[in-house]
Amino acid sequence: MTVSAALPAERLRRYVGAAAERVEDAALLVGRGRFMDDLDPFPGTLEAAIVRSPHPHARITSFDAGRALEVPGVRFVVGPEQTATLRPFPLSFRAPMPYRPAATDRVRYVGEPVAVVVASSRHLAEDAAERVNVGYEPLEAVVEVRDAMSADAPRLHDEAESNVATDRTFTFGDVDAAFAAADRVVEGEFSFPRYSSTPIETYGVIAYWDNDGTGERVTAYSNFHGPFAMQPVIAGALGLTSSRVRLIVPEDIGGSFGIKSGIYAYVALIALASRHAGAPVRWIEDRIEHLLASSAGNDREMRWAAAVDRDARVRALRVELIDNVGAYLRPPEPATLYRCFGNLTGAYAIESVALRSRAVVTNKAPTGLNRGFGGQQLYFGLERLMDKVAAACELDPAEFRRRNLIPSEDFPYSTPTGGLYDSGDYQAVLDLALERAGYAELCRRRDAGRSEGRLRGVGIVTIVDPSGTNLGYVTLATPPEQRVRGRDKSGSTEHVRVAVDASGEVTVMLGTTPQGQGHRTVARQVVADRLGLSPEQVHAVAEMDTATTPWTVSSGSYSSRFAPLTTSAIAAAAERVATTVRAAAAVMLDADPDELELAEGMVRVAADRERAVQFRHAAGLIHWDPGSLGGEARLYADAAFTPPQSRHPTANDQINSSLCYGFVAEVVAVEIDPKTLELRVQAVTSVHDCGTILNPLLLNGQLAGSIAHGLGGATLEELRYSADGQMIAGSFMDYLCPTAAELGFELTLDHVVTPSPNTPLGAKGAGEGSTMSLPVALANAVTDALRHLGVEIDRLPVHGSVLHELLGGREKRGDRPNDQKGP
Amino acid sequence: MKAAPFRYERPRNLDEALEMLQDEDAKPLAGGQSLVPMMAMRLARPSVLVDLSAIAELDGIERRDGGLVTGAMTRQRTLERRAGVIEELPLVAAALPYVGHREIRNRGTVGGSIAHADPAAELGLVAATLRATIVAQGPDGTRDIPADHFVSGPFQTALAAGELLTAVRWPLAQPEDRFAFAEVARRHGDFALCGAAVHLHGREPRSVRGGLLGVGPAPVVHEAQVSDAEGIAELAEQIASGLEPSSDMHATAGYRRRLARVLLERCMRAAWSGAGG
Ligand SMILES: Cc1cc2nc3c(=O)[nH]c(=O)nc-3n(C[C@H](O)[C@H](O)[C@H](O)COP(=O)(O)OP(=O)(O)OC[C@H]3O[C@@H](n4cnc5c(N)ncnc54)[C@H](O)[C@@H]3O)c2cc1C
Repeated sequence: MTVSAALPAERLRRYVGAAAERVEDAALLVGRGRFMDDLDPFPGTLEAAIVRSPHPHARITSFDAGRALEVPGVRFVVGPEQTATLRPFPLSFRAPMPYRPAATDRVRYVGEPVAVVVASSRHLAEDAAERVNVGYEPLEAVVEVRDAMSADAPRLHDEAESNVATDRTFTFGDVDAAFAAADRVVEGEFSFPRYSSTPIETYGVIAYWDNDGTGERVTAYSNFHGPFAMQPVIAGALGLTSSRVRLIVPEDIGGSFGIKSGIYAYVALIALASRHAGAPVRWIEDRIEHLLASSAGNDREMRWAAAVDRDARVRALRVELIDNVGAYLRPPEPATLYRCFGNLTGAYAIESVALRSRAVVTNKAPTGLNRGFGGQQLYFGLERLMDKVAAACELDPAEFRRRNLIPSEDFPYSTPTGGLYDSGDYQAVLDLALERAGYAELCRRRDAGRSEGRLRGVGIVTIVDPSGTNLGYVTLATPPEQRVRGRDKSGSTEHVRVAVDASGEVTVMLGTTPQGQGHRTVARQVVADRLGLSPEQVHAVAEMDTATTPWTVSSGSYSSRFAPLTTSAIAAAAERVATTVRAAAAVMLDADPDELELAEGMVRVAADRERAVQFRHAAGLIHWDPGSLGGEARLYADAAFTPPQSRHPTANDQINSSLCYGFVAEVVAVEIDPKTLELRVQAVTSVHDCGTILNPLLLNGQLAGSIAHGLGGATLEELRYSADGQMIAGSFMDYLCPTAAELGFELTLDHVVTPSPNTPLGAKGAGEGSTMSLPVALANAVTDALRHLGVEIDRLPVHGSVLHELLGGREKRGDRPNDQKGP
Repeated sequence: MKAAPFRYERPRNLDEALEMLQDEDAKPLAGGQSLVPMMAMRLARPSVLVDLSAIAELDGIERRDGGLVTGAMTRQRTLERRAGVIEELPLVAAALPYVGHREIRNRGTVGGSIAHADPAAELGLVAATLRATIVAQGPDGTRDIPADHFVSGPFQTALAAGELLTAVRWPLAQPEDRFAFAEVARRHGDFALCGAAVHLHGREPRSVRGGLLGVGPAPVVHEAQVSDAEGIAELAEQIASGLEPSSDMHATAGYRRRLARVLLERCMRAAWSGAGG
């Protein structure tokens, strides 16, 4: 690993930056994890099975659960009548497209919940679910945005004027002038597929609706991970005040990558089922339900144009994005359009940009967060376009990018869309990536291979990796003139509590709902450094309970926010504890608190280390003899990190949509078998700058995982629908996730460190970068391998069959180079 | 994804099993690697599940009458790991590692795979290419069915209702025989988009049997004479152009036809050069 910038010299900081092993692993490795299906919080919990629509679009003409209720063990069947008592969920912006957790009079996608059968076991519930009789009158379905936008398209929501849920245009800078003055204009049309993350643990909810004597209340366990803005959304649908809806998230979540943020609708649905069953109800989603109807990143159609000057510098962009959000505008959609708003122009010094953003409803399942949220779609367009510009200018794509990257002296850098890039040295990262990849040698081998009929390609991308979302970007879907003054939104606050017990042991309480990232491990490292303890003296608890954990609407785990935001709050809370402990030690040592330092388990006079007391004794004083402190004996310190850079959008629609902006340069080398057209990734080099590295072991694990996920989206995984609206990748037979066998390529990871000035530790997020960069890097590499045959990869996924068709379906002998040679 | 209600039986001998299978809603259970997922999805809903795993007569591998006889319940992995299988049945040995993953082959059986008759199953293809014999037994007795006439369509076989596949008889490789196997799948361990198996036998002019999977409702096997390496490409082309594969989200018909030609040619060339041709 190469660290090009020195870390701030912090003599006493020993654990942040170390490759500490994960404290989470031991329990998981011996099967002691506590996941949704391991919990049994309420005696007498019943089990639910959900009846789902087999039709992409149909009117519900009748509903009869009579035969289901005859099955012994069945308690209740929730149907359209009960669902209709729920209020539609509040949407991200005002739109006449009501969304409820189940259908009431019409179904709009295959897999949409229609009924919930509650029984004494899941087997019985599924037996009975087959006996629920739903009458449907099929309606015409539409699955692609281009079709859904046409005037005679079947309308999904009668009250809406069309299937276009939102259509906004933005202009920053003088785009027309830049295009008029351009030396050349390069254009491209791209489309990005719908895929998921398929976490190993599926959705799970245990909900109990009861009355505690003072009124109705709901207690729900689920593997939801925020943003907790959805808590009031759930309460709103249930018609309860938010304090009467208590959400609890277990300590272990078996992966999510954003997908489980979509679970909140089921929390409401299972709570409704519990209300009618008069008992707690458990629902564990199965894999088929998960693929059909949980959540996925959305598919996007887009058109890009670049105004390029004489020096091959891109001066302006025109961008049109059309997102397919599925049948409903499930919040936080249409956020995919806006999550990367501040970094729309990527890593380049592009001065002006015009954008048209549309989200369209179709008869597909609703979409939402998926690792790299919004970035994989965005950069697929931008980085394919940049390669096209490089080709048009007859420049090597690396050289072309070098010319266009934001120079290191320009940081902090303001983007035309309102982004404020905190720090970076993009040239250094690109140079390191090219060096580590052996770029020149890869290109030489590609060229040498081509003359022998081999198809090799090298792809490059450079992207900005945003982290620490500013929720205010969701507001952009509402035009400024419709925004209500005083109801602006902004924020990325995170709360943390640190406590010291009577033996001097420290506990960090996190509401971050980790899903495997290792938050507890890093929290220990941060606190140990601040309090001069070893990590073994620090315990981290990651259990979220909206009734007891400090939280706000932005709490949770998404947008790579732990490293920039939560660690900042942890550090601040630990500093507060340190202040109290110093005050106690000062009494014991008869010293000035400001002279004291916390190190090696001691509180000592910095200039005279022999004058020292043990940390635990100083902490003990606070518990046992608070009277001697002469001030507040504070043992619990809360802190909220509220970055001032996260503001609501301006009246002209600029927004700094993230707190931190990391950077990724990636080089991918591929080879294609000229006969079978099988695509093999040969090597991936990924160099990241995510500011201060908190734990290189965890960081590199995140990078490897995100590269695997990006490769899945680029070559294997696809939630494909048939033209008439059936989902045809409905099991793991057809929805293909990469396995170890597909990841046998050479992987080189490296880092450059330019600490963020916006976070106390200098850290930025990093868990999503390569899911944004790898798909397009791969497309650029395959294009590089095939451009001389007239093929460009402007849609994904790409694999042998796709290449066969792009090559014109030619399959006769002699059509392909090298076709005469043996195996 | 919970199975519909069923009764479970575990007979100790073949007669008992055949008796239980007279119930028309009964189904034999072998390794369960295909049947159990289908039951979980309620695509299969037998009322009685007859587990064959305790029937000693169905287990075991033996050499008999110039062939290798594998009992229906022989685990795929057991055959794969049999000492000498590379000499006895080189084509089977070459194809087995492509059947799912090791974990699947630990439970999946030779008989289960062939009886299941997935159009992309390697074992069915190899059995048809090698002209193995399927041994079946029903209430009326035992009969032999040539493997290249065993599969009649996707998941359809020549077995009569209530009849069990009890063993497969494989002809042993002869010294002058040459074999090759190749397939293309989207991921390691997936059912292949297309696969080819080749058996080259006899002396000049050699006979070649070339079988393909994934390009039709059942394995497609062709037999021809080849006198020189030149004829190979011609033959592969000719066979591939007559195929009518179907399209799905993983491969178009055209791509499958391309793979058929390329893989068949590759296998024939590999077998040919292995034979010193
Ligand atoms: C992830 C995965 C990947 C796989 N990949 C492949 C692959 O690449 N290639 C491949 O060929 N297979 C593959 N398979 C299938 C696997 O090889 C199965 O083991 C095989 O198809 C069925 O064998 P089984 O012993 O498990 O049979 P079971 O699942 O128990 O039975 C299958 C069917 O055959 C019937 N049956 C079983 N035994 C008999 C008998 N003796 N007589 C009559 N009928 C019988 C059953 O009633 C049932 O209908 C895969 C399976 C999985 C889960």
